Amino acid sequence: MQINPTKATSRPLFDGADWTFDLVKKAYDAVEEIGIGELELDIYPNVIEVITSEQMLDAYASIGLPRMYRHWSFGKHFVRDELNYRRGSQALAYELVINSDPCINYIMEENSMTMHTLVLAHAAMGHNHFFKNNYLFQEWTRADAILDYLDFAKSYVSRCEELHGVNAVEQVLDAAHALMQQGISRYPGANKQMSLARERERALARHLYEERSFNDLWRTVPKQRSEDKPDVDDVTPSGSSSQVRLPEENLLYFLEKTAPKLEDWERELLRIVRNLATYFYPQRQTKVMNEGCATWTHFHIMNRLYDDGQLSEGAMLEFLHSHSSVTMQPAWSDRRFSGMNPYALGFAIMRDIERITTEPTSEDKDWFPDIAGSGDPVGELKRVWAEFRDDSFILQYLSPKVIRDFRLFGIHDEAQYPHVFVSSIHDERGYRRVRQALAQQYCVSTSDPDLQIIDADLQGSRRLVVSHRVRNGVMLERANCERTLYHLARLWGYRVKLVEVDAESGKVLKEHENLRMP
Amino acid sequence: MQIVDRRLNPKAKSLGNRQRFIRRAKAEIKEAVREAVKNRKVSDIGSGEDVKISSKSLREPAFSLDSKTGSRDFVLPGNSDLVVGDAIPKPPPAGGRGNKGSKDGQGEDEFVFSLSREEFLDLFFEDLRLPNLVKAKLKSVKSTELSRAGFASDGPPSKLNHVRTMRNSLARRIALHRPSLMTLERLEEEIAKAEAEVPRDEDLIEELRARHSRIIQLRKTVAYLDPLDLKFNRHERVPKPSTQAVMFCLMDVSASMTERLKDLAKRFFMLLNVFLRRHYREVQVVFIRHTNVAQEVDEETFFSGRETGGTVISTAFVEMQRVINERYPLSDWNIYAAQASDGHNFSDDMEECISILETSLLSQCQYFAYIEVGAPDDGPYPPSEVWEGYEDLTGPHANFAMRRVTEAGEIYPVFRNLFSEEKSSKK
Repeated sequence: MQINPTKATSRPLFDGADWTFDLVKKAYDAVEEIGIGELELDIYPNVIEVITSEQMLDAYASIGLPRMYRHWSFGKHFVRDELNYRRGSQALAYELVINSDPCINYIMEENSMTMHTLVLAHAAMGHNHFFKNNYLFQEWTRADAILDYLDFAKSYVSRCEELHGVNAVEQVLDAAHALMQQGISRYPGANKQMSLARERERALARHLYEERSFNDLWRTVPKQRSEDKPDVDDVTPSGSSSQVRLPEENLLYFLEKTAPKLEDWERELLRIVRNLATYFYPQRQTKVMNEGCATWTHFHIMNRLYDDGQLSEGAMLEFLHSHSSVTMQPAWSDRRFSGMNPYALGFAIMRDIERITTEPTSEDKDWFPDIAGSGDPVGELKRVWAEFRDDSFILQYLSPKVIRDFRLFGIHDEAQYPHVFVSSIHDERGYRRVRQALAQQYCVSTSDPDLQIIDADLQGSRRLVVSHRVRNGVMLERANCERTLYHLARLWGYRVKLVEVDAESGKVLKEHENLRMP
Repeated sequence: MQIVDRRLNPKAKSLGNRQRFIRRAKAEIKEAVREAVKNRKVSDIGSGEDVKISSKSLREPAFSLDSKTGSRDFVLPGNSDLVVGDAIPKPPPAGGRGNKGSKDGQGEDEFVFSLSREEFLDLFFEDLRLPNLVKAKLKSVKSTELSRAGFASDGPPSKLNHVRTMRNSLARRIALHRPSLMTLERLEEEIAKAEAEVPRDEDLIEELRARHSRIIQLRKTVAYLDPLDLKFNRHERVPKPSTQAVMFCLMDVSASMTERLKDLAKRFFMLLNVFLRRHYREVQVVFIRHTNVAQEVDEETFFSGRETGGTVISTAFVEMQRVINERYPLSDWNIYAAQASDGHNFSDDMEECISILETSLLSQCQYFAYIEVGAPDDGPYPPSEVWEGYEDLTGPHANFAMRRVTEAGEIYPVFRNLFSEEKSSKK
């Protein structure tokens, strides 16, 4: 980290809080010079979009995607966020960034120039680099196709609403949303890299086929079984059990392919929801890393700008104020505590990696012999950003120093006791256990319920059986489970049973059955 | 890199989602509106409202793990003095602490959000079953006029504010040391004088000339009037003030008027209020309750107070006449009256009532509406004393309307005459 002496005299990029398009452009160039010129980040081209707070609320409500299809649940989140925002009990995020190519960064018009600069460094450099380079994003998402796909999904849903009525579409989407987390094929190999562009073409082809072969007379003929329809491609369900491979963890996929009663457009809606679930899956697994990467990047860039004289003292203070509130971690006993702050944790570990590579202590040399004193912090961080996800990242890089700084301690909780017990603290014996437990906490595949379809009788009773592998005795939450089962049964069209089976002993602990048929 | 300004994109993109949301929760929202109407004052019917609804129909279920079963390990930050083996009591089940308990907002049984004025009125009207045309009319506040609203730095030339503009210009010229025309003329005189003198002092002339061109230059650079100085009068459209109206709410509060009947009456009063507010900038509401004596009271007492005694309606008319005479001269005020009762009156009193109405009140009022509230299961019953008595008035007096109402949806037709009158007079 050397300061370029020729630049130390440069003038501040801006003074005062007001921003203009020219200033944003200037700030972006300065930020990019450090991000690409010095850190050599590898990013998608950026598009900066200036939006109002209302538009930000809107984007919030639609799970961060501003071109989302319409659904009442987004309206629900919007009105709640809006009320909170109006009352001042909730502040809006400064930025929103979409994992797409080109990468879209939203900045809010009421923010100051300093905040815009911070957002550019944070999102346009940090998040952008992470999206492009992390292996999960590379494997699970297609950044170049997502925007087109969203446009397609939006128009497809609204066309379905026109053709089949808002209510019918709403029912399918409600049910699909309930099963969204079960719409992902988690295990390696199962995820055939799908192309969203191809998805769209596929749906268009299907639609064109329908239009071409549409004959009004047929409406008067008793409905044909879907099996008899000529196939456009492999998607139409055949209904024959040979195509059904069980067990299947991707409930939405299974329903899309085999549910006996669904119409084609309903299957397409399931597919849309399933594709979105898959698109978001990497984000859920990399909260700490993604925010850590972006926060580390903005911290580095803003400091460098300041060192070069491109940020005024005032702007720097404003930045530090917001940076420190973003990376604050309240203690567990604090009223403000609401879980680990991914910004704080990610930033702390990444700063620590920087420290270990440049000024290692003897402890670091014991714990991280490979990187201690390597002298290449940026290179090491880039490798980390590309190759890890939250749980593996914490398991690998959470150092005793960070554990001490955060004063982390492990808790063991047994449901039947009125107390929880401290199982490890930040001491020699505890470091590894704390690290192990925290990593586990961020492991999405263990924090989500493990559900699989284990049986589907396609010829006889048509009953669907889903199993929940119960780990450590943690059962499904009853009321929620029954409501979700209702949605599942509605899509399947027949009875559905859910058995909770202990993962170790194989004993059936509980059975749920949807009694009320939709 | 490319910067796009999205702020001008069509507003209310979220509207579709919002409508879908309101449609979804309609039953609950309507219930909440009904509740809100009960607690509202008659006079502030026309504003938006924060409503609280149960989130039953707004659930978004998903399979989730029950934190009250099994065992788990997790990590917390901020250990102060705990050591291995310490026991921490679990928090009471209500406030799920930490990242385990409160993840999906399971606990939210109530959902608060705010309805806009339009949405609120929509739902309010829906209960009253107004024809759509009327709804549109009631909600729109169309006629506006311009009123001064400060100054703006841009605008059409016709709105230039000369005083402000010149003041700015002067301040700027002083601040930037713009040489005045007088200085220039004086210098020119000096030059002329120096040139006329013999022998000519070339140095002096040279210096004066230089000063002269500097002044010219400076006067060019610092303009006399700069776009920066311009100030324009700003105007805003405000709802047009028409004349003022007073609305009299008359209600029988004897024991036979139950809470339900009073609630019906309240809606009736509210609807009249909404209607009046569309027409008049200022609407005052006077509440007069009566048993066998009448008195003017505030709204709170009007709807909640209980009185015992017989029923003599004419006392209310006398009280109303007194208030009109004292506070609302006919030349300044449009007078509307709304009377609600269950139809009971001392039969001796009816004659008195009719005569007061015929001789004075009806000619003073723009409109006099009477509703008779009753329970839906009363069935066809003999017309009440009041009803019978009033029936003779409907013919000769166009501004008198009456209606029997057993539920909220029947209130509107009382106003039908009023609206149709307005329509025909416009044509």
